[in-house]
Amino acid sequence: MADIILQAQGLTKVYAMGAETVHALKGVSLDVLRGQYVSIMGPSGSGKSTFFNIVGGLDKPTAGEVVMDGQRFGDLNSSQMAWVRCHKVGYIFQSFNLIPSMTALENVAIARIFSGLTPSEARKHAAAVLDQVGLGHRLRHVPSELSGGQQQRVAIARAMVNKPEMILADEPTGNLDLHTGEDIIRLLVALQKERNITVITATHDMKMLAASDVVVWIRDGQIARVAQRDEITIEVGSIDGKTLA
Amino acid sequence: MITMNSQPSIPLQTRVPWSVVFFVSWGSLRRRIFRSLITMIGVVLGIAFLTYMLVNDRMVNSLVAMKDDAVNVLLQKAGVDIFRNGPDTMVLLLIGLSLLTCLAGIINAMLMSVTERIKEIGTLKCLGAEDSFIVKTYFVESSLQGVLGTACGALAGLLVSVAVNAAIYGGVVFSVFPWMAVLKAELIAFLIGSVMSVLASIIPAYWAACKQPVDAMRVEE
Ligand SMILES: Nc1ncnc2c1ncn2[C@@H]1O[C@H](COP(=O)(O)OP(=O)(O)OP(=O)(O)O)[C@@H](O)[C@H]1O
Ligand SMILES: [Mg+2]
Repeated sequence: MADIILQAQGLTKVYAMGAETVHALKGVSLDVLRGQYVSIMGPSGSGKSTFFNIVGGLDKPTAGEVVMDGQRFGDLNSSQMAWVRCHKVGYIFQSFNLIPSMTALENVAIARIFSGLTPSEARKHAAAVLDQVGLGHRLRHVPSELSGGQQQRVAIARAMVNKPEMILADEPTGNLDLHTGEDIIRLLVALQKERNITVITATHDMKMLAASDVVVWIRDGQIARVAQRDEITIEVGSIDGKTLA
Repeated sequence: MITMNSQPSIPLQTRVPWSVVFFVSWGSLRRRIFRSLITMIGVVLGIAFLTYMLVNDRMVNSLVAMKDDAVNVLLQKAGVDIFRNGPDTMVLLLIGLSLLTCLAGIINAMLMSVTERIKEIGTLKCLGAEDSFIVKTYFVESSLQGVLGTACGALAGLLVSVAVNAAIYGGVVFSVFPWMAVLKAELIAFLIGSVMSVLASIIPAYWAACKQPVDAMRVEE
């Protein structure tokens, strides 16, 4: 029995730039099952980030509806949306988006405070999660004292600390070198398996496809193709060439 | 089979208590101490200038009111019209100008300190911050900065003004010191400084907090 956690229903997004309009999404519909690892691929400007921001409740679609766990975003007021962002979704961005004036510990703890904990409880939880992502020894450092990979680990800890059902990661490895990027992906996959979290990531990296349950290709604001895990392995085999030759 | 897991409706987000708002604002002030001081200096200078002009005017007025020949000679030397009846338009103009400079200085300092953090406001919203939390933190932060900066500025302006007048006219300024008028001038400067600091900070913070999170994160610094 499959359980749909997220439904995108005919999402469109139009940006008005003066006299010009940009149709960033032209009717995107997608169902995501609980616990899946979904990769969204597509060329630059195809609408990946726009899609992420809308299904994550960070932006509003021009038309269409997002349904998360049976709740239509359109029916929620701003306080309820804040609750959803706080409890249901963890966000990871390409540029980390940590608060520069806060230490690693405080960056994670602030998210926990929004869920209703006192600062001292929140710090305890934050320290535990930072320890899990391998940063137990960097709690008191501010972002500028951390490497890119470490900053992204803090961001992952921050996204995880409220035990979300879903993680949205928009090119989480985009600002990292190859090796560090792989570490981050491994960490995300491990968390997804361990806690049955739904992960949706955008990526340009073909290597990441192997980790995915579903790959969605977006082109020019529309879904061009959806591939399940078994189809993906075949495709990687044929790209590799050697296994087939 | 595919089922839709239909859940009871989403609760309202938990309100962050004021104690935590205070804690966060204080942390932000302390951690960015250098930046916070620069903002405060903007407020101090603006208010000091305004207070100086106001107190100066009050002190000169009470010297003119003495109608003492020796003092009048000094006043005339300093360029004061001792035969004026009513306020000197030139002085009023200067006070008006100093008020404008003071407002521009405060608004500029506070506005800068918020706009450079609009991206942070977007990030906080992604983590579950409500609009009211954002506005409250900037309210507390700018109140602390504004009140402290204004108090320092009002004191500095007073001291400089007294020192300058004592140097020009001698000890006589203390025998006719216009306590009530000076106190009133200080109060005016203090109110203007505090209110302007808070307004110049929470208006842009509110503007950013009302945006969708991505729109706030996209705002250019
Ligand atoms: N705020 C905005 N205002 C106007 N146009 C926008 C805005 N955001 C995105 N767009 C446009 O919408 C389209 C999709 O952009 P989007 O950022 O979603 O692409 P993307 O797939 O994430 O690209 P990349 O891989 O480079 O991150 C682009 O044509 C872009 O120019
Ligand atoms: Mg993008």
